[in-house]
Amino acid sequence: MITLENATKRYGTTTVVDGVSATIPGGGVTSIIGPNGAGKSTLLSMMSRLLPLDAGTVHVDGLDVSTTPGRVLARTLGILRQENQLTVRLTVRDLVGFGRFPHNGGRPTVLDREHIERALDYLDLSGLADRFVDELSGGQRQRAFIAMVLAQDTDVILLDEPLNNLDMKHSVEMMQLLRRLVDELGKTVVLVIHDINFASCYSDTLMAMRDGAVIHQGPPEEIMTPAVLRDVYDVDIQVELIRGHRIGVYFA
Amino acid sequence: MRAKTDPLPTAVLQSTRKPVRTVPPRAWIVVLGTAAAALVAAFLLVGLEGNLAYVLPRRLNRVGAMILVAVAVAVSTVLFQTVTGNRILTPSIMGLDALYVLIQTVLVFALGARTVLTMPTTARFSIEVVLMVAFSWLLYRWLFAGGGRSLHLLLLAGIVFGVFFRGASSLLQRLMDPSEYIILQDLFFASFNRVDPTLLYVSALVVAGLCVPAWRLRHRLDVLALGRDTAVGLGVDHRRTVTLVLVICSVLVAVSTALVGPATFFGLLVSALAYQLCSRFRHAVVLPIAVLLGVIALVGGQLVLEQVFAFDTALSIVIEFTGGIVFLVLLLKGRVR
Repeated sequence: MITLENATKRYGTTTVVDGVSATIPGGGVTSIIGPNGAGKSTLLSMMSRLLPLDAGTVHVDGLDVSTTPGRVLARTLGILRQENQLTVRLTVRDLVGFGRFPHNGGRPTVLDREHIERALDYLDLSGLADRFVDELSGGQRQRAFIAMVLAQDTDVILLDEPLNNLDMKHSVEMMQLLRRLVDELGKTVVLVIHDINFASCYSDTLMAMRDGAVIHQGPPEEIMTPAVLRDVYDVDIQVELIRGHRIGVYFA
Repeated sequence: MRAKTDPLPTAVLQSTRKPVRTVPPRAWIVVLGTAAAALVAAFLLVGLEGNLAYVLPRRLNRVGAMILVAVAVAVSTVLFQTVTGNRILTPSIMGLDALYVLIQTVLVFALGARTVLTMPTTARFSIEVVLMVAFSWLLYRWLFAGGGRSLHLLLLAGIVFGVFFRGASSLLQRLMDPSEYIILQDLFFASFNRVDPTLLYVSALVVAGLCVPAWRLRHRLDVLALGRDTAVGLGVDHRRTVTLVLVICSVLVAVSTALVGPATFFGLLVSALAYQLCSRFRHAVVLPIAVLLGVIALVGGQLVLEQVFAFDTALSIVIEFTGGIVFLVLLLKGRVR
């Protein structure tokens, strides 16, 4: 569970995230949606302690992200960023092994090796384990990074726009994977996502932001309505029920 | 061990894979260690004649200075590249070399070359180290006090200060008596021939003292090399580690520069080659390999300088010429990424 209290971020005189107080339930997929510049990624960065808060607090499973030592927090909270460019040459297995750093401080044990192999297996990377990360395709590389976060063995995983640069097939696979992390492993997954339909089909909770504030939060049935979407995006969006999923139609 | 779940794709992937030539890093450490030891022995023993009690301690002193500078430059360059996430930077970008030149120029300008050359070496060494460390400390303090200021701004400030120091030096050099300038010029190149034994011991203590924390940071540095966000996600205190590493780097560079003169020139070469030789990236192997390469470059270069060119050129020319060729060969063989 993630609890935000009055979380605020300012750049100079511009307030990017404006006193957000919200609770993200544990054990589910929560998608943060909203137009560009709404403060979604900034809010996620604050939850991930990548950006310091100017005011307020964020607690992840009871740990204050601003004051908890990094190593301790890293055993509860795993993060995946949009850009995963490596300047160093590593094999996939080495990269995944770094996920164990918060637990072993760089000295792997037998238990760590099991975690690494399990993570590789879970993401179907066993065949690629000895390849260098820079030789992989974009989708494979992203899976390698997710395997690293999985090996980190945290209850909470935060992802910033994980569908960026992925084609349809890989986007679907990524969302199915996030679903499996919740359904099979009981993780709490929070992601920033632009595609409201992916968010609608795979999330338990949608969190809609606009102008630095969370203006709506609830299950897809409540958020995926023309009225709420108009409020969030300023666009008229038809919502159709297709095979039990609420799909927003806004292309024409 | 766990059985492979999908043997077919694995086999297919492996068959299309380029064969990767991997020499285990430990083997490289042994090979390079032997080469370095052989070069040190050669340096001590080649053409050894006359009064041994006079010649040998002098040679030991010089080889000691070279090993010390090799350690300082190799370690500081590898660490600096890791925290900046950039493989073509060296700590010289922080302007310490330029500050050293400025200090020498100001001293000669104000006191005259004769006074500078005859003043106690310990005094000069202390002035140089204190000024260089104080400069870095002020720079870090100023830049990190603001909180949101970035590492790139720090580097930029270092470059700007470097330009300023160089400009000030060249102004003073123009105003200076030409004969003084000629003496001064000699101080701008690294030389292992004028190292004071006492200073060598002091510097060795400082460098060894800094290598302990650097070595203890090795696992954290591996994580840091994945980039700031990933490192923070894995629980590394980014700011603290980066500040610590920058302090270690600047003191290493300051001590080595004050001891022999500007010598960071081979850091880039040594670190680039070390990364080439390591099939897998780990500071625990990159650091010793870079240090050994540094010893080989310096002692080997000095040996060539003395035996082949009879001191007729500068050490940096020998090392950069040979190193450049090695680098080009690696580049043409496609092993440099």
